[in-house]
Amino acid sequence: MNSESYMQTVIRRFRRHHLAAVSLLVLFVIVAAALLAPVIAPYDPDELAGPFSGAPSREFWLGTDQIGRDVLSRLLYATRISLLVGVMATVISTVIGVILGLIAGYFGGVADMVIMRFTDMVMSFPYILLVLVAAAIFKPGLWNIILILGFVDWPGIARLVRGNVLNLRETNFVKGNIVAGMPLRHILFSEILPNTVAPILIYATSVLALSILDEAALSFLGQGVQPPTASLGNMLNGAQSLTVLTTQPWLWIPPGLVIITVVMAINFIGDALRDALDPNGC
Amino acid sequence: MGKYILKRILVAIPVLIGITIIDYAIMCLAGSPLQMLQGPRVSEAAVEAKKIALGLDQPAYIQYFVWLGQLLHGNLGYSMKSYQSVSSMIGSHIGPTLLLMGVSLIVSLLMAVPAGIYSAIHQYSKGDYAVVTLSFLGSSVPGFFLSLLLIYLFTVRLGWLPSSGMTTLGTQSGAGDVAKHMVMPVLVLSFSMAGSNIRYIRSAMLEILQQDYLRTAKAKGIGRFLVINKHALRNALVPIITVIGMEIPVLFGGAVIIEQIFSWPGLGLMTMSAISNRDYPVIMGVCLLSAVVVLAANLVTDILYALVDPTIQLD
Repeated sequence: MNSESYMQTVIRRFRRHHLAAVSLLVLFVIVAAALLAPVIAPYDPDELAGPFSGAPSREFWLGTDQIGRDVLSRLLYATRISLLVGVMATVISTVIGVILGLIAGYFGGVADMVIMRFTDMVMSFPYILLVLVAAAIFKPGLWNIILILGFVDWPGIARLVRGNVLNLRETNFVKGNIVAGMPLRHILFSEILPNTVAPILIYATSVLALSILDEAALSFLGQGVQPPTASLGNMLNGAQSLTVLTTQPWLWIPPGLVIITVVMAINFIGDALRDALDPNGC
Repeated sequence: MGKYILKRILVAIPVLIGITIIDYAIMCLAGSPLQMLQGPRVSEAAVEAKKIALGLDQPAYIQYFVWLGQLLHGNLGYSMKSYQSVSSMIGSHIGPTLLLMGVSLIVSLLMAVPAGIYSAIHQYSKGDYAVVTLSFLGSSVPGFFLSLLLIYLFTVRLGWLPSSGMTTLGTQSGAGDVAKHMVMPVLVLSFSMAGSNIRYIRSAMLEILQQDYLRTAKAKGIGRFLVINKHALRNALVPIITVIGMEIPVLFGGAVIIEQIFSWPGLGLMTMSAISNRDYPVIMGVCLLSAVVVLAANLVTDILYALVDPTIQLD
């Protein structure tokens, strides 16, 4: 009866979420614009191009900043940087979380206890505080921010993977592999890991959304990506001054809207994925 | 029950010890307090004498135990900038933060619980879609951007609300004045938290609505109102407790950023200025305090679970 392949099912279920489908399109456009920034940006993002604090005009669509740089060009490059930070931090924390979760779940015993207690400890520190402290110690900067966010945000994934592995270890196909004397590497990476990819993927979308928000918050506070490199957060930094806030809304509203759009699109997609990848759904 | 509580406390103890070790390690990593002394006017011998006086010539694990011993006496060390003791600094800043966090927690629950339950009862209705979309907006808007928008609207354009501090300078401050200063920071904190909580309560409530005992209650014909308010709501206490437990660390983190923007004179503002001054004893004191509070909150959540949900496994 059911001749639909797994991928077809997933795509069919995903398309039921109209908001997610729209989000995918929006995100695609934003990512493309960010990737093509060097081609489509009208001006050099770090060079003075026009008047100081110029209002939006035909020449400068989003106006110019306090020292005469083109805001649109900076926005394109900033999106590029913020997406880079988000994606890299998510990759790092996912890899760490998956490895620790696999070890804790599969081997159990002392390894499990040590890893899970360590996870508890890291989770006890409020996330933003830990990131701020790390940024203060390791000097803020692009790669340090990526590493810090990546190294602080793994506990959630580790817990998730551990839970899944604990369940999978009791299934017959894994037991069969153990009895058949298959090598450990094969059991872990070819049998267990593929069966826990869906929840990891779903969780990773929320980590991605959070990483982008955290980069923005850190850079806004001046502890993240450092100028002149533009990031969505540090473009908003100027709005802490009252003049910018009141009289130059073109400097701070566009980056804020880009952050909201990107994060919301990612959240909608994650929500639709949760539904689409659910093994018990219809 | 007593056994379960005891077991949870015993599991928390190694975590607590681990937290102090991590905290101490970060502080050591951050640099030694001797660096502050170094300069052309200070001789080598004086630095050496100070080193011995501070016990820095001892091996790291002995220093840790000395630090831990001080900690148990309530001594968190001294600020590198103001030379005040960290515990007294925390003591004088914690009030405003607790006020802000407490009110935000209550307001966010007042937003999230009714919205989540409404959404679950009217699943797939227009109202449900509106609530869920709004909740996604809540968890996607950076708190600092929302703060800027609110300041722009209510302070700059309309002139209704003050945008910084806790009281108006130079006036006799009453409760009304403080409340006015609190509106925007509380709105931002609770809106961000309500975002994820609405979806959590909604899905927990959906699960409860499918349970057999609710079907039974409906079948008895006691009416929709009683079914939901008597049977479903009582069971929704468990997810609400979870939500409160999850909010505590978020509140601590959010407070740092929000207090900075609104110049709210609490722990967050103190921590941010300590971070920009690289005043590590203060930073790590706050970190330690918040980690311990989070740990305690988790412990209380687990114990409350056991009290509220009789079916929970206690082993």
